[in-house]
Amino acid sequence: MTGLCRLTAAEIGAQVRARKVSARAVAEAHLARIARLNPALNAFTDVTADRALAMADGVDKAVAEGRDPGPLAGVPFAVKNLFDIAGLPTRAGSQINRSHPPAHADAMLVQRLAEAGAVLLGGLNMGEYAYDFTGENAHDGASRNPHAPGHMSGGSSGGCGTAVAAGMVPLALGSDTNGSIRVPSSFCGLFGLKPTYGRLSRSGTFPFVASLDHLGPFARSVADLALSYDAMLGPDAADPALADMPPLPTLPQLDAGMAGVRVARLGGYFAEGAGSQASAAVDHVANALGVQETVVPKLAAAARAAAYLITMTEAAALHRQRLQTQAEAFDPDVRDRLLAGAMVPAAWVAQAQKVRRAFAAEMAAVFQTVDVLLAPATPCPAPELGQKLLDLNGIQVPLRPNIGIFTQPISCIGLPVVAVPVWLVGAAMPIGVQVIAPPWREDLALRVARGLELAGAVQAPVAQEH
Amino acid sequence: MTAPFDAKAVVDAMAPMLGLTIVPEWRPSVEAHLTAAHRLAQVVLDVPLPDEAEPAPVFHP
Repeated sequence: MTGLCRLTAAEIGAQVRARKVSARAVAEAHLARIARLNPALNAFTDVTADRALAMADGVDKAVAEGRDPGPLAGVPFAVKNLFDIAGLPTRAGSQINRSHPPAHADAMLVQRLAEAGAVLLGGLNMGEYAYDFTGENAHDGASRNPHAPGHMSGGSSGGCGTAVAAGMVPLALGSDTNGSIRVPSSFCGLFGLKPTYGRLSRSGTFPFVASLDHLGPFARSVADLALSYDAMLGPDAADPALADMPPLPTLPQLDAGMAGVRVARLGGYFAEGAGSQASAAVDHVANALGVQETVVPKLAAAARAAAYLITMTEAAALHRQRLQTQAEAFDPDVRDRLLAGAMVPAAWVAQAQKVRRAFAAEMAAVFQTVDVLLAPATPCPAPELGQKLLDLNGIQVPLRPNIGIFTQPISCIGLPVVAVPVWLVGAAMPIGVQVIAPPWREDLALRVARGLELAGAVQAPVAQEH
Repeated sequence: MTAPFDAKAVVDAMAPMLGLTIVPEWRPSVEAHLTAAHRLAQVVLDVPLPDEAEPAPVFHP
């Protein structure tokens, strides 16, 4: 049954629809793998086995009766535990929230995947309140990197990275405010999609920074990103940031090829802070695509600083009462940043929101002559758990604040990104590259990622067991 | 020219006003994060913007 856990979501959906395998058998195989691997890897905080088997039986019944079970028929998936799961408190990685009443309904994106036939297996570990790049958590323990369990999964969607790379599920949903999908994708060697800001509904999820919060999928193939993303598109009045525009499905053009797609790499800020493997990974992808041009944006460092200030202040406002009354119940790494964020002058943040628009305008001009941009996802491969300092080309810098230096400027202006996993020759661990497109052009980023995947330049294997 | 940034003084003044209790063991870390915010704010504040520059969020009534 382990073979079922190596299949992609698209392969599972096709086999279930063709009655080659039952959704129940697929669910049981993945639940067994979770039971076996999760004690060491700590990806899942809740396993919803009874519900999963009931959902799988529903899919099998639809197939048996000749009804369309949906494109994701029987595909197991799991969600970062800031997504509402009916019947469970939405803990968002915190101790405080787990005393909340159980959610009365699933988050909108969970509902959309279920309507497409997917089967929810549970909730996933994450950094407290999503303010994290490491995958460490003071309450639930760290989610571990399946490729090297002594290393970080990346955060804050650490459990997503762990679960998909370990073959516990082929598909997971996470959130990305400053890099929380792209960082675990890089560290765990996965494909991850952070869509355009305002593209997918956030209703039914616990927020972090309303100005910057995005949701999106992790998978081991580009087609699975496209399949799940397309299934999650749609209107939702409950998310005021959701753009009023029609769905733009990506699957129809996924294999359209690279002809006519102009690709450049981001230089300047995006080259200066990169470690040797991050630079080599971008070289590798650029060479595979025949990229010659480099674009050097002027405001990238300012955009990163703007995201940093907006994040710490909006998050401090969100948690103000909890900080006043139960500060000792927070993860210390999160609490101290939130307390500092409460004291940041408003004029700094107002300027940060203007810098954000200025950088968006600068990048919109770049996209007049370029379709897709490449940048490192992280400055280094997965560090060891507990590591506090990062060696960047011989200079020791604090690790935590530097993991997101390349992801933050991009999410600051809401551009869609596919993180693609590179395995450099001789390297023990993977590292990701960001494939960045103009707003609403997820299709372009996915097409380029698909081209790289077909060329064998990027890949996301299930981790070998340790 | 602004005065040198004094994170300790900021915490002393702001925490009581905000109803926040910063226990002594947390102070070095909170002050370090505030100092980091000040350093990054200088990068943001140094960006020359016209008076007409609009902030990013737009409210659609």
